[in-house]
Amino acid sequence: MSTALLIKGLKKTYANQLEALKGIDLCVNHGDFYALLGSNGAGKTTVIGIICGLLNKTSGSIKVLGFNQSSHVNQVKKLIGLMPQEFNFNPFEPIEEILINQAGYYGIAKSKAKIQAELLLKEVDLWEKRFDMAKSLSGGMKRRLMLARALIHQPKILILDEPTAGVDVKIRHSIWRFLSKLNRQGMTIILTTHYLGEAELLCRNVAILNEGKVIKQSSMKALLSQVDQQVLILESLSQLPQTITSDRFKCERLDDHSLQVVLNSDISITSVLHNLDTQGVIVDYVHSAQNRLETLFLYLTNKEK
Amino acid sequence: MWISYKTIVIKEILRFSRIWVQTIFPPIITTSLYLLIFGGLMGKRIGDMQGVDYLHYIIPGVILMTVITNSYTNTVTSFFLAKFNHSIEELLVAPVSYWVILLGYVSGGVSRGFAVGLGVSIAMSFFIDFEINNMLIVFIIFLFTSILFSLAGFINAIFAQSFDDISIVPTFILMPMTYLGGIFYNVEILPQFWQNISKFNPIYYMVDSFRLGFLGVSTSEFWISILVLLSIIIVLAIFAFYLLKKCEF
Repeated sequence: MSTALLIKGLKKTYANQLEALKGIDLCVNHGDFYALLGSNGAGKTTVIGIICGLLNKTSGSIKVLGFNQSSHVNQVKKLIGLMPQEFNFNPFEPIEEILINQAGYYGIAKSKAKIQAELLLKEVDLWEKRFDMAKSLSGGMKRRLMLARALIHQPKILILDEPTAGVDVKIRHSIWRFLSKLNRQGMTIILTTHYLGEAELLCRNVAILNEGKVIKQSSMKALLSQVDQQVLILESLSQLPQTITSDRFKCERLDDHSLQVVLNSDISITSVLHNLDTQGVIVDYVHSAQNRLETLFLYLTNKEK
Repeated sequence: MWISYKTIVIKEILRFSRIWVQTIFPPIITTSLYLLIFGGLMGKRIGDMQGVDYLHYIIPGVILMTVITNSYTNTVTSFFLAKFNHSIEELLVAPVSYWVILLGYVSGGVSRGFAVGLGVSIAMSFFIDFEINNMLIVFIIFLFTSILFSLAGFINAIFAQSFDDISIVPTFILMPMTYLGGIFYNVEILPQFWQNISKFNPIYYMVDSFRLGFLGVSTSEFWISILVLLSIIIVLAIFAFYLLKKCEF
């Protein structure tokens, strides 16, 4: 599989001497859906800023689909579409004009840009609002506008910096569906997010950044397999017995109808349900009390401190 | 590259055209007042300057003053706002060279300078009869002046961190330079010391040559004015390019 993005020894020290990146190595394959995770200030936005040419690197090298970013700046910029974390459009410009102007910056003629803008605005459900000023859009609509703008020049790599921050559940799911579709069509997507469930759901590979360093880089599957403990909430429509005991798993009665069960990897859910059944507990609903990636993320980032 | 440049220029022109009540209209009112008060009312008592009646004498300077202010204001406001709302990133992530960005914004400033200068000239033509002595000189000086102050506004915007920073230079540097550049008077009526000081003010060369184009009278050589203005433009353009390349927005 060819490499879409290859970063070696990337360092960034800001003018105020803040060392944001301390030698980052990353490899993202072509067609991958890649999560770049990290706490606030870990260096995710700095990495993205350098890849996209918004920030200057202190040292290190970046290759995008084989092009060296330092020597082929414009070729690299054409290959990347960026949807940033902050709203970064002129709020006093009409929506369609924002897209057409962006296409113009990439050297796309207005006639062609109008066709592409129509396709994208319909895809993100903003076509009816194309003549409205951007300031009149809701937060979710602004996010979708930035997504459409990032795609106007048909990039090979899409970089999303917290694309669903502050977006309601319905729109979040529609964005996820759209991103999955783009990825299935062959687009490489790099995602940073604080919603770890989002990364777990969408991404195949992951890197975790902490204090300017990559502390973990692997496939999502391999990473999640490291979680050897699960916390489940079991709910019963009937009243639970006052005392529930087990020597094979931890069990805590939360209220008259719910239990919290902590399972290690050596015990199956079937045996837990069987054990509870013998004590007169009828389980009607089961759901996870934790996000596996979140558990691991907290463990890894805390371990580094 | 041409499409990118055209996009920036059209965007800039649309920006100031949409808010014409704030950008185009006020200078026309202000200039008409200048002419009414300084030219029409006080001018008769002042008499001639360089053999030209005072009302006609101040017309070139007053037009140029609006060109200076509007070219400067357009780039400083537009680029600072792009920094402020981060929309400058739209340009920086795209394959647009720094020269094209600079040229696009400067062309925006020149367009506004031209629009306002033309608007003021048309408004004046309703009240005063005036003829242009040499159209080519008028155009060259307009163009150089507009480019120079668009570049200056661009540099101001790069350095500016707040809205205060974009009004300090126009208020405390640009306005005194403009008024002391001979818009309302012939520099030769000043004492020798202040005449010499005036020669360090680039606006003096602009106004003097613009007046040459309009009225056919001047106090300095035209080629010296061109040399001074071109030198400043080259220095400012190189400095603006360097800042654009070096700064992180």
